[in-house]
Amino acid sequence: MSTPQKITLAKGLNMGLRKAMEDDDKVLLMGEDVGKLGGVFRITDGLQKDFGEDRVIDSPLAESGIVGTAVGMALRGYRPVVEIQFDGFVYPAYDQIVCQVAKYTYRSQGKVKMPIVIRIPFGGGIGAVEHHSESPEAQFAHTPGLKVVACSNPVDGYWMIQQAIAHDDPVIFLEPKRQYHADKAELDESATPEPLFTSRVVRPGSDATVLAYGPTVKTALKCAEAAESEGRSLEVIDLRTLSPLDMAPVYESVRRTGRCVVTHEAHVNLGMGAELAARVTEECFYSLEAPVLRVGAFDTPYPPSRIEEEYLPDLDRVLDAVDRSFSY
Amino acid sequence: MTDPVSFGPDLADVFGPSQSDGGPDLVQLLTPEGERVHHPEFDHDFSAEELRGLYRDMVLTRRIDVEATALQRHGELGIWAQLLGQEAAQIGAGRALRPQDYVFPTYREHGVAYCKGVDPLRLLGLFRGVDQGGWDPNENNFGLYTIVIGAQTLHATGYAMGMQRDGVVGTGDPERDSAVIAHFGDGASSQGDVNEAFIFAASYNAPVVFFCQNNQWAISEPIERQTRIPLYQRALGFGFPGIRVDGNDVLATYAVTKAALQRAREGNGPSFVEAYTYRMGAHTTTDDPTRYRLNDELEHWKLKDPIERLKVYLRRNGLVDQQFFDDLDAEAKELGHHLREGCKALPDPKPLDQFGYVFSEMTDEIAAQRDGFAAYLESFEGAH
Repeated sequence: MSTPQKITLAKGLNMGLRKAMEDDDKVLLMGEDVGKLGGVFRITDGLQKDFGEDRVIDSPLAESGIVGTAVGMALRGYRPVVEIQFDGFVYPAYDQIVCQVAKYTYRSQGKVKMPIVIRIPFGGGIGAVEHHSESPEAQFAHTPGLKVVACSNPVDGYWMIQQAIAHDDPVIFLEPKRQYHADKAELDESATPEPLFTSRVVRPGSDATVLAYGPTVKTALKCAEAAESEGRSLEVIDLRTLSPLDMAPVYESVRRTGRCVVTHEAHVNLGMGAELAARVTEECFYSLEAPVLRVGAFDTPYPPSRIEEEYLPDLDRVLDAVDRSFSY
Repeated sequence: MTDPVSFGPDLADVFGPSQSDGGPDLVQLLTPEGERVHHPEFDHDFSAEELRGLYRDMVLTRRIDVEATALQRHGELGIWAQLLGQEAAQIGAGRALRPQDYVFPTYREHGVAYCKGVDPLRLLGLFRGVDQGGWDPNENNFGLYTIVIGAQTLHATGYAMGMQRDGVVGTGDPERDSAVIAHFGDGASSQGDVNEAFIFAASYNAPVVFFCQNNQWAISEPIERQTRIPLYQRALGFGFPGIRVDGNDVLATYAVTKAALQRAREGNGPSFVEAYTYRMGAHTTTDDPTRYRLNDELEHWKLKDPIERLKVYLRRNGLVDQQFFDDLDAEAKELGHHLREGCKALPDPKPLDQFGYVFSEMTDEIAAQRDGFAAYLESFEGAH
């Protein structure tokens, strides 16, 4: 039995990948710089050394090539896990993801499975140049045939990456890069994880529900702390799965609180918040005291990093939305 | 002022023009006139039975194509991608395969599908709109038709990388050693995915044969729009050999592809085969080539018909008798009947079938949408 240890998200993902590779020798990792370097964020650190160059594959710099060859490997019976180095670099692979990865099972009427995990470090706040801070989740959640999940903390990182790899459908696996080396949490490897495609109440409350995923979960939790000092009780739900959505805990919460605020780093227009607002409105119409409010990035391209904190939803903007929710 | 830097001669002068009716490097074993010629590197001692077999395959493949085209004209298919004129390229490549080799086709590889044992009737489903690929890719090692141009070349390369990891390359056991063939056309050679596939295959020495049927036309775009030099010359820049073969010569295509596949199976890496051929029909049944190409060109290529030249050779050398042709004619008629009757009998999918197979298991979200739609359908008067 291993003893619980304090780990970062980067470490949790690294340990999860290692465990998945130990458990199933069909699991392969591929991507740019994932081998000797261990990835630009060191998520695959040490894995090539231990599993060899045939299983941890440094690829040419071509994202469509990475995902397209992963399709072929999956057809051959492998379970490829590919790393897209940064969110903004996924678009060269967009055709392969949307037209091939997402549709192969449907095209073959279930005769072919596509157990591919596409890991994408996403979100901003690291002071990076253009294309390194984006949140493309809605583009994938909008695509039938893809499953999309986002982890928000080290423990989920450890379990969710293993669950995604063991899953028989393609999974877009979003990792909040700002959190990679931030907070530590205690991991108990002997624990039983929750199923992958479930949302979770991470802080119970009674006055309003805040929905978040990935990097904004931390923001939402801080909001709840701040609100508590002002006598307001916020319930925070970490969605974890963006497609399919696990709405049952959301509906249950909103029916109790009557108010709902969604926050994500992605643009508000046609983002995850729009879908969540529509569903909550449809299912909780008679419980709502206020319309569902969305707090996300403006509908502008990601700005130069010196002003990115004025672009990303932060504690104050989310609290402002909560206040507005109470003004109805 | 110094002299301007010289970049040397025009590369088209060095490599040759993109189109020169084959050019000096064209590998040919059977001339358009039906004369058997020999090649120092790529040759094969064909038995009479092999020759008759290749002829039969081409005739039946053409029959599949003619029947499917007619079915489209009769409204039984929404569209059909014709292969008329490319029978030798497809049969030559298809017959060079071993059962353990895997094919990644475009949407026009009807002859290769036939070689791999896929019932041609199964090919019609996609074009009739009853499915999107009605065969099991793993049953015959023949992948599903891929409509996005060139996307499958990356799948082929990844599959070949999987074969390397499975230890089925370069073992010296002919029953075990395997390779992949990636089919694509001259138009696809401009796609990023094809070029990325070349790079990945070269970088990992993957056992894949890139088989390009250069049929001179990408719908209305001529080969000159895709390349300034002969396509097979491009392979060198990626680090593997490229061969141009007479794609209307089934013997040469067979011999070259067989060698390329063997090279891959033995662990010597990828190669590029440019089968120089001609799309005698339209791009698909919705296309009208009279808008963009001259009839003279078609007439020129008709003289190079892949089936006629082998027929001449078989007859001239006394390898066939009238009975052979009569039997083959009867077989082709039977195949036509199978396709006509079978096509009309292909069952339409049911409205609720659209909800199946999005994932390995239906999600609650999709199940709810299916149930909602089912209830909606049931709500109509008289519905059961």
